[in-house]
Amino acid sequence: MSAPAPSMFTPAAKAMAQKLGLTMGRANLEEFADTLMELAEADPDIVAVTSDSRGSGKLAPFGKELPKQIVEVGIAEQNLVGIAAGLAACGKKPFAVSPGCFLTARSLEQIKNDICYSDVPAALVGISSGVSYGALGTTHHSLHDLAVLRAINNLTITVPADNFETREAIRAAALATRPVFVRFGKAAMYGLHRPDTQFEIGKAITVHEGTDIAIIATGETVIHALLAAGELESQGISCRVLSVHTIKPLDAEAILRTGRECGAIITVEEHLVHGGLGEACASTLLQGGEAKPFRIVGIPDEETVTGAQADIFRHYGISMEGLTSTALDLLQRA
Amino acid sequence: MTNAELELKAIQLRKRLLKVIVDAGAGHTGGGLSCLDILNVLYNRVLRVSPETVADPHRDRYVQSKGHCVEALYTVLSDRGYFPEADLETVCHYQSHYVGHPTRQIPGIEMNTGALGHGLPICVGMALASKMDDAPYRVFTMLGDGELAEGSNWEAGLAASHYQLDNLIAILDYNTLQITGHTRDVMSTEPVAEKWRAFGWNVREVNGHDYAELTAAMADPAVPGQPTFIIAHTIKGKGVSFMENVARWHHGVPSEREFEQAIAELEHREVAS
Repeated sequence: MSAPAPSMFTPAAKAMAQKLGLTMGRANLEEFADTLMELAEADPDIVAVTSDSRGSGKLAPFGKELPKQIVEVGIAEQNLVGIAAGLAACGKKPFAVSPGCFLTARSLEQIKNDICYSDVPAALVGISSGVSYGALGTTHHSLHDLAVLRAINNLTITVPADNFETREAIRAAALATRPVFVRFGKAAMYGLHRPDTQFEIGKAITVHEGTDIAIIATGETVIHALLAAGELESQGISCRVLSVHTIKPLDAEAILRTGRECGAIITVEEHLVHGGLGEACASTLLQGGEAKPFRIVGIPDEETVTGAQADIFRHYGISMEGLTSTALDLLQRA
Repeated sequence: MTNAELELKAIQLRKRLLKVIVDAGAGHTGGGLSCLDILNVLYNRVLRVSPETVADPHRDRYVQSKGHCVEALYTVLSDRGYFPEADLETVCHYQSHYVGHPTRQIPGIEMNTGALGHGLPICVGMALASKMDDAPYRVFTMLGDGELAEGSNWEAGLAASHYQLDNLIAILDYNTLQITGHTRDVMSTEPVAEKWRAFGWNVREVNGHDYAELTAAMADPAVPGQPTFIIAHTIKGKGVSFMENVARWHHGVPSEREFEQAIAELEHREVAS
């Protein structure tokens, strides 16, 4: 018997989620798979392309249901992306699905040239991204993907936070006429949004209001930011939380407004502290003349600690407790 | 066009190709000359595509995997009327659309290539799309022999045969030289025919400067259920005596004197033919 995976949330964090009225959903990965199947049933040009990844991508039902709309390339990620480019150039809408660590490193040149430079409407889906594979180690982590992909022209980069954002990001990718990258993990996610929330590529969503401090977060770290905002509120500190589901194009307007209206800013991401959301926000704020106390929370530039995703998050302060403490420190109220 | 007419055209195209490279001040002279006859046959006899049908979903696709020989491709496309010949004077110039590798901005070019080992996987995707749609179009690519060292070609080689892509034709411009020297010394590809046969491909070997052989191999290549790999034995720098089989002409740009000498040689042959 293997030990149960450690929980991402402490009892106090779970109590805060309950207090905020949040309910646990399912893994974004599962939401992706079902959404893609629904879209593909309605559009025969949608093709899933997998590199021995239909199991990890929860696409086995897709393969069974729509066998003519799935292409298996075997363990060959360069070929995965090259084939997706060829399919897209000939009128198909391919979704190349592979663990983020391989998709964005092994096939980076194919992403750059065959997809982005050739400008074909392919969707690249990085599954089990960030440190989703936790203890499997650095080979299986994608902590570089946002940095390298931000540096490539002509690519929309989306990092959904919950099931709603995942569904909307996949729908947007299916409609896109240009290249798109979507990345998410495989752990169950709390729902963050009210049913009437609007999702628009390139527009950050405010998930909590406040002005003393702001946490600008992306992907599966947004929940921790929201819980920290709840905790800070109980200590009399108002904290705005932005879910930046689109890393590129970045919602500069929302980030600058946050810089103007809030006393300090923390960014948080499941990515190296270099080249991701944090540095994108720093650049936007500084060039926009907004210099507030600022802190980037992410995975530091070191050999990542061994552990499950939850252990790694906790270790580097990506948790309600960790972000609360960073906020108090930044506000010099610790 | 008869073989003799195409061969005469090839002399004219070689002259224009050299002019493009001289005007650009850059280019791939040796490889351009080695693959020019293949392109001449492809665009004048084999490909079911024309300037009028570049947007037809059923057109044949050609992706030049050895993208560095773009000057030869530009020369042939311009001759076929895809764009005005005057455009060739702008190749590699500031703000020109005619980049030093193929891009889709140019009418008739299907994909942006230039990094090696990318064309074949893309063509596998295109050939799969054709099969999925039950469409009639075929997909062609041209590879360099030095390029075969890129592992992605072999990934695509597996996939093409796995999916029985008999609508896919890869042509190897086998001129045996790459930038450093002989391919056999840099990274041997031999026995190249046996390798592709072992990967499940229908392999043909032709003289890459023989119009009858090239036409026969490319026009009717298919063995049902197998992709086709045409090994075209070519001479790097073909057509200009002092450039033939000399590695330094891989991306050498002729001086004024060398250019005049090359043109004189080609004109002499043009008059004689």
